[in-house]
Amino acid sequence: MLQSLIEIIFNTHFGHGVLRVTTPILFAALGALISSRAGIINVSLEGTMLTAALVGVVFSGISQSPWIGLIAAVIAGMIVGLTLVFFSLNLKTDIILAGIALNLMAGGGTIFALFVVSGDRGISSSIRSHVLPMICIPLIQDIPIIGRILSGHNVLTYLSIVAVVIIYYLLYKTPLGIRIRAVGENRHAADSVGISVTKVQYIALIISGALAGFGGAYMSMGHVSWFSTNMTAGRGFIALAANALGMAAPFGVLLTSLLFGFADALSNSLHSLKIPSQFVQMIPFVATILGLLFYSIQQTNKANRIRKEQKA
Amino acid sequence: MNKRLVFEFIKTIVAIIFALALAFTIIYFVSEDPAYALNRFLVGPTGTMRHFGNVLEMAIPLTFTGLAICVMFQARQFNIGADGGFFIGAVGATFIAITYKLPPGVHTLVAIAFGGLLGGLGSSVPALLKAKWKSSELVSSLMMNHILFLLGLYVINNKLRDPQAGAMASYTFNETANLSKILEGTRLHSGIFIALLMIALTYYFLYRTKWGYALRMTGKSSKFAQYSGISVTSVIIYSQVIGGILAGIGGATEMLGMHNRFQWQLSPGFGWDGIIVAVLARNNPLLIPIAAFFLAYMRIGADLMSRMADVPSEVVSIVQSIMIMLVTAEAFLSHWRHKLIVRDANVIFDAKEVKGNVAKLD
Repeated sequence: MLQSLIEIIFNTHFGHGVLRVTTPILFAALGALISSRAGIINVSLEGTMLTAALVGVVFSGISQSPWIGLIAAVIAGMIVGLTLVFFSLNLKTDIILAGIALNLMAGGGTIFALFVVSGDRGISSSIRSHVLPMICIPLIQDIPIIGRILSGHNVLTYLSIVAVVIIYYLLYKTPLGIRIRAVGENRHAADSVGISVTKVQYIALIISGALAGFGGAYMSMGHVSWFSTNMTAGRGFIALAANALGMAAPFGVLLTSLLFGFADALSNSLHSLKIPSQFVQMIPFVATILGLLFYSIQQTNKANRIRKEQKA
Repeated sequence: MNKRLVFEFIKTIVAIIFALALAFTIIYFVSEDPAYALNRFLVGPTGTMRHFGNVLEMAIPLTFTGLAICVMFQARQFNIGADGGFFIGAVGATFIAITYKLPPGVHTLVAIAFGGLLGGLGSSVPALLKAKWKSSELVSSLMMNHILFLLGLYVINNKLRDPQAGAMASYTFNETANLSKILEGTRLHSGIFIALLMIALTYYFLYRTKWGYALRMTGKSSKFAQYSGISVTSVIIYSQVIGGILAGIGGATEMLGMHNRFQWQLSPGFGWDGIIVAVLARNNPLLIPIAAFFLAYMRIGADLMSRMADVPSEVVSIVQSIMIMLVTAEAFLSHWRHKLIVRDANVIFDAKEVKGNVAKLD
């Protein structure tokens, strides 16, 4: 069994698959990153992705253009982010409860909306939606092994990598990024030097929603052309863990997203082995708990060390 | 204090009215015959004994998960693992009900206790991770939901599956394990008494014991609790374990009361509904059954509406999310509340002034 496991993992097909399933996690994790950097936990990423996935399919079906579907999905993501931040900042709803409520709303609301729009139950079989194009990178695609892993991905997969760089640039090289980090570090200090905390948090959450929107669009238009009930299957929460484990740093989050993507891909590929399918499906969730645990242990040790140093 | 409660009550009612108004608007636009759809939604459940029985049947699992969430949220532990606990509790009860032969009554109790035990074990994972290493219980409990669900399916599929049954189903339970039906013409079962007992126990635990006090204090302010010598770490653990146990008992009771074999392919989702029940009841165990009844009524109404009219029942999930957000919104109606406080203060102030003037005259 170890033999076949190794064969599965050390295979260009598997490497390609890891990048493929990492994409939605990475988008959502970047969404988690930008909001956590602005001092808000975006629990609603899961629901945001699900909403965007449906909106993408519907608009792609109406317009017969996957690009319009993508734009609609991203706008839908922004609206969910906006809703969350509005309830949190203006109506003073507990941010976690508001996030949970938005997830519940997306879970049932997408089923409802799908039925109203198309008469479909569970899966959007009567909507003729489109798939976003694949891109083969010239030169790289000719390199043996690496070319087969890195080339021929969906356009959004490449965009997610670009987004890592953009978010890095935004956070560390622009005035807005400095403001976002200042608000997240200490909102009172930021407030005292004249930064509008509310405005910065609004912007951060809208960006966060947009990123999750890209992730949702990828779910329903990246490789398949349909939406199905609860198709995000916990990825929004895995993204929260990826963000924590990646210390809310763009490149750290890229690595941890790849790690969870690896677990996800493993779960997709192991069906050929004689392990009960339920245990195979469990891999991403167990990996997330272990990842979170690893991060927390590290943090606790760090805190203990600092406390000891202060005493000494 | 009393005024605050009145305000909270009114706020909850207004939030419900807002959310229902939204539902009516949606139904109005979606339905071909909105009047009929609304009629089914609002009065459908009272139409026949069977339908009203459905409401009561559904209020039982909602009460259990509502209690589970209520205990965890009162300690401000955002553990959303009640759904996994409920599912694995039902699997646990199935296991006992099929594999063992015990006297009636005892069999049921053992099966339910085992379900509760599994639920507690499930939620002890996020609890311990949070207590020892401050891991987010929100993320880990959600992951546990998936893990417990898959684990449960594995057990049913590989250990308890009846090969004779066409679809995926377990063997039928030994009859000694089933909860008895208590109302002719409905499926209402004696699990309702277990639910009532749990409400009383939870209330007693939260408001009449030292542990419950520590739990509530930790929820109000964990720093204050820590400084006053309460072990916040143990509260983090036992609040979530108790929540898991309640969810597990709920799942077991539902399984033994409503079914005679395990046939769930998907989680029935009562763990998620527990959140709305707890929020509507403002985390008060005594209000949980009322909130559970209300939600069950809405659910059955929506179900009848979707079967007889043309509006999908999922409209309820939109309504209940709006309710959660408005009820917990601190600033919702706060303007009005503020005015009330100012008015009261003025009344007191005026009274004092008058007294002062009288004193001067003397």
